This record gives sequence, structure tokens and C-alpha cells, in this order.
Amino acid sequence: MLIELKEIKKTYNQGRPNEHIALGGISLSIDEGLLTVLKGPSGSGKTTLLSILGCMARPTAGRIMLREREITSLPERFLTEIRRSTFGFIFQQFNLIKGISALENVMVPAYPRGEKRHILKEKAGHLLELFNISHKASARIEWLSGGEAQRVTIARALINDPMALIADEPTAHLDTRLSLEFMEIMGRLKGEGKTLLIASHDPIVYNSAVVDRLVEMRDGMLVATGSG
Amino acid sequence: MIWVEKQRNIIDFTISSLFRRKGKIAALTAVYTLIVFILASVIFFTSAIRREASLILRDAPEIVVQRLVAGRHDLIPLSYAERIREIRGVQAVSGRLWGYYYDPVYGANYTLVVPVDFPHPPGNIVIGDGLKRSSGATRDDIFPLRSHDGAMIPFIIKETISAASDLITADTILISEEDFRSLFGIAGGYATDLTLKVRNPKELSTIARKIGMIYPDTRPISRDEILRTYESVFDWRGGMMIVVLSGSVLAFVIFAWDKATGLSAEEKKEIGILKGLGWETSDVLLMKFWEGTAVSLSSFLMGILLAYCHVFFTASTLFEPALKGWSVIYPDFRLTPFIDPLQVANLFFLTVIPYTVATIAPSWRAATIDPDAVMRG
Amino acid sequence: MSLRKSTLFFLFIALNTVLFAFMFVDASHRRASALPSFAEKRRFVKDLRLTDLCLFTDTRYTRHPSMADQFSPFQDHPFALEHFPSGSLLTPPPHLRLERRP
Repeated sequence: MLIELKEIKKTYNQGRPNEHIALGGISLSIDEGLLTVLKGPSGSGKTTLLSILGCMARPTAGRIMLREREITSLPERFLTEIRRSTFGFIFQQFNLIKGISALENVMVPAYPRGEKRHILKEKAGHLLELFNISHKASARIEWLSGGEAQRVTIARALINDPMALIADEPTAHLDTRLSLEFMEIMGRLKGEGKTLLIASHDPIVYNSAVVDRLVEMRDGMLVATGSG
Repeated sequence: MIWVEKQRNIIDFTISSLFRRKGKIAALTAVYTLIVFILASVIFFTSAIRREASLILRDAPEIVVQRLVAGRHDLIPLSYAERIREIRGVQAVSGRLWGYYYDPVYGANYTLVVPVDFPHPPGNIVIGDGLKRSSGATRDDIFPLRSHDGAMIPFIIKETISAASDLITADTILISEEDFRSLFGIAGGYATDLTLKVRNPKELSTIARKIGMIYPDTRPISRDEILRTYESVFDWRGGMMIVVLSGSVLAFVIFAWDKATGLSAEEKKEIGILKGLGWETSDVLLMKFWEGTAVSLSSFLMGILLAYCHVFFTASTLFEPALKGWSVIYPDFRLTPFIDPLQVANLFFLTVIPYTVATIAPSWRAATIDPDAVMRG
Repeated sequence: MSLRKSTLFFLFIALNTVLFAFMFVDASHRRASALPSFAEKRRFVKDLRLTDLCLFTDTRYTRHPSMADQFSPFQDHPFALEHFPSGSLLTPPPHLRLERRP
């Protein structure tokens, strides 16, 4: 088991008039090497759960264990280090940095680690090759198509060689062909031993053959757990 | 080495980031450099002049005794010298003859000085280089001066003083005592002022006091006071200096304000993304530090170098309109560099540090946000 | 571009720093070569019994500030305002500002 969540609650603007309970008490365990999909309509708390699973946000209540180790109240610095080496993120909005090349974008997450640049460049180049976009390595982000940008974000998520990949609505800006291609890439990565966590309400994603587990959510709570 | 590589990586990113706003950053750096240039030029110029004055005027007369009539500097009777000579500690007293001459032909003011031993016969003068430049006259030319009674006296230029001494003799005419007295109509028993040689420099103030007691209508000026006059030349309290300094300070404040009032939405987004990608707060702040330092350090160095070239290679050409004012004779400000490291350090701390801090400080808040805000888009 | 941006930046700063250091070297070199002209100027000051640098020649209280009496800026009229440009560059000498009649 990779991650275990025990009674995780998340409340925003606690105590204020616009208080919003995003997660009402979730207990969940994520297994290594599997592709898990969080399914549910918008507002169901998928994104919040995803950020907590990826150590991006802290729960208001409950406990998180990462590989048997409790990380609920670790100081930010340690948490960031863990997050950086364990998880790679693929954001819904891509969040690529404008004005710099695709190759550079892929390298950015690794900068603070102080790796030698030419090694980093090689790694990044290799990743871009893996996803068939090395011909766009020196192109500005602004000039890439949706599908190309998506692949850059996948490459970027892998630069620190993380154990797990977390993707939030990855097919939101993609057409059918590209969405299928995306799931195919996910399957490939699973084959390499990566753990994958995807939040999506796109049927192409949750109905895909590569999905090992489906977790349904509604109004901040789990609905049912089952295999895809 | 990891630390070095990390810095280099972050600097790579910082510079890419800066290049994205190329135009704005270029303009910012240009103005920043200009401010440093102006301030450093002023610092270099004033330090050099003050230094020059303190070195050259060391041999100025120990005491100059001036006579004041109705608050104005007037001629002094040479008879005063006899009683002053008797004061204990006074080695020698002699009259000094010097004055001003306004030349309507060129609209210029000249300083006429009678040397103790004028090497040329009457009818001859020696002129400073500034005079030579403004009138075009040279050796053996006739240089007419109008005497107090209206007569034009044709003097012959026997010698000219080199431009290297411009800082003290640019506007000077050396003339014999006889010619000086007849030119200005000053009777034999009078001089412009008296100069004293004193045995013990520590007794200057005592002697000055005694002179004041014997002749209450006189005012003694000591060499100390002469030197101190030039220690405060181009003091910041002078009108034009205040304007220059205030302008520079104001420009800086505007810069820092622009930085300190917060980041643009784009900058905030970028920081959010970096945090989402695993950059720690300290990494983000480090990036901001390099961002501030890149601009401020570059501007500082370029500004100082340009200022040095300006003051010491081009004789402060850009200051000429201000320095010249209404003068017709303008000395060649070929100054000898004297760089006060303390002032350069001051300028560094005043320009580089506040700007760098102003770049980091507003990013603090953005850098500490929870990365999950990025998840929400 | 084969050079890293950070390398270019370092080179730029390094170049400027070298020039900056060279500036000090140049200054001391110039000081040394200016000694003869300094000596000549000192000789003038000593022989001619001079008391002031020739910085401004537009009016007497900026030409000879150490010799100026308190009222020469107001030479034209008791209520005349300072109107010579050089007067705004030169403040009154310290011994006039603290003038105390004996």
C-alpha cells in the first residue's frame, strides 16, 4: 500500500460565513503500481482529495500515511521534499511557464535539486522523445497545440523520477483521439511500475481498460469502491 | 557543488523569466544605471575637487587680514602691518594686491594678482589658459585693459600659464605692482589685504583674536578656514545639489514602490506554479533575490564605470552647463581621480540592497501560499 | 546558444567587476602621474599667495569663497535674491556661517 487516508476532512474558510466542507471524512488506501480513478461530478471534492493525496494540501482533520509512515503533521520543508520525489503532477490547466521552451519547462521542477544542467537536459530530452515531441523541444510553450502541451506536462511530471503520477482532469482540453492517446500513455507508465491517480468525469478515462480501480465521490464523500 | 549548481539553475530560470519582460527590464535597468551614474559622477567630482583643494591650498597664506567697511571688503592701509608685526608669534606681514576686472569685450571676469616678484618689466602681463581660450590671445599679443580713469592700456602678453594649472589660474592675469596700482587707482599706502607668516600654527586663533582687538574693523581669515571652505564645496545643502539628490532619491523610491506594492497577477501565477512543481518557499525567494540582484548589481557596476569615465576621461562634460552658469571663463576640469571607498560602499548599499529587498519582500506572501491553490487553477 | 544564461550573466558581472577593479588601478596610476602638475599648482599657490580654486568665474563670492564677505551675494541691492547659478552650487563657507564678531 502506498498511501492510506484515515478519516480525512477538509474545510475551507473555517468559522467564516462562507465555510465550505470539501471533504467530509474520507478513508481510502491507494495501492502501488495500480491506476486508480477518482470519478464524480464537479464539486464532489475530487481535486481536494487529489491535492491531499499528493501532499499538496493539509487536511483539516484525519491522518495520512505514506508507505506506513505518518506524514500528517510534517513541517513544510520535509513535506515538499517528499512530495517532490514521490509525486509528479499533471494539472488540469497545464500550468506550463510561458516564455520559456518546452525543454526548459520540463527541467524546472528539478532546478532546486542542484543537478548538473547537462544531465538534466539529457533526462528532459529523453522524456520528450518518449512522448514523441522532441522536435518541439526548443519551441515556446505558446506555440504548442493542446495535445503537445499535454505531453510536455506529462514529461515534466516525470523529471524527478517520481513513484506516482497524479493527474487532475487531464482530458478536459483534449479531443477523443488525444484522450485515448493519453490513456494509452498512462497504461505504458503503469507497465513501468508507476502508480497512477487520475481524477476525471470523462468516460473515456474511467471506462478505459487500463483502469484498475474506480473510486466514486459525491458531495465530499465516497460513494462506492469497485474495479473498472 | 550542489549548492553552486542549484544557484546556477535558479539564475538560468531567473534570467529566462526576466527576458520575458525584456522591454520593461531594459528600461528599468537603463534608468537605474542613469541614477547611479549621476550620483556616482557627483561623488567622484566632489571628492576629486575637495581632495585637490586640500592638497594644493596647504600652502595658502597662514592668515589673511581683510578690512571691512560697512560690511564690505575694502582696501587695507599698509600702516596696519606695523602694529600687527609686533604681535608675538607673527614672523612676517606683507600687503597683497589682487582684484577683479570685468572685460566687456568678452563679458568675462578676470582675477588680477600681483606676485611678490614679478619677473617682467611693467607693461607686460602673464595670462592663465582660460583667458587664452576665451579671447584667443597668445604670447606677444596686445591685451588692452581699461584703467579706472577710462584710459585703454595696451599690455603685452609675455607668458601664458599652462592649462594643467587651470584649477587655480584659469582666469588669472599676473601683473606688476606699478601697473596694478595705476590700473585701479590704488594709492601706495594701501593693499587689498595683508598676509601673515606665523611661527607656530597652533597660535593662529590667539593671533587672530589679538588682531581683532587692535583693529576692530578687520577680519582675519586663517588657513584652516580656507581649507574648510573647500571641504564643504558642493555640499548637499547647496540648492542645485539638493535638486539632483532629491530627484535621484525620488526615482529610487518610485522603483522600490513599484516593486513593493506587490506582484502582477502573472508573477503570482508563476510563483504558484513553481510551488506546485515542488519548489520550496526558500527556492522561490532565492529566485527573487537573483532577480533583484541581477538588475541592481548590473546597474550599479555600469553606472559607476560610466561615471568614472565621465568625470575623469571627459572632464565631466555633462555637468558643464550647470558648472559653467554665467561664467565665460570655464576651467578645464581635468581632475585627478580620488575614489573614496567609503562613499562607493555607501552608494552600493543605498542602491543595491533596497532594490533587492524590495524585490524579495512582496514575494514573501505569494511564496508561502499553499501549492494546492494551483491545483484549483 | 551554447553558453548557459547563468554563465553569460556571470561573465558579464565578472567583466564589470574587473573593470571596476581596474578603475582603482587607473586612479592610482593617474594620481602618481599627476604629481608634477600638483607640485606646480602648489608652487603657484605658495608664490602667488593664492587662497582659492578657480571653479566659477561669474561672481566674486564664488570665485573666492574663502575671501568673500557676508554681503557680496547681496551686492546689487539689500533685498536682492541670489541670482548667479554658481551660488546655488556653493554654500557660504563655514567661517561665514558661524561668524561671530569679536
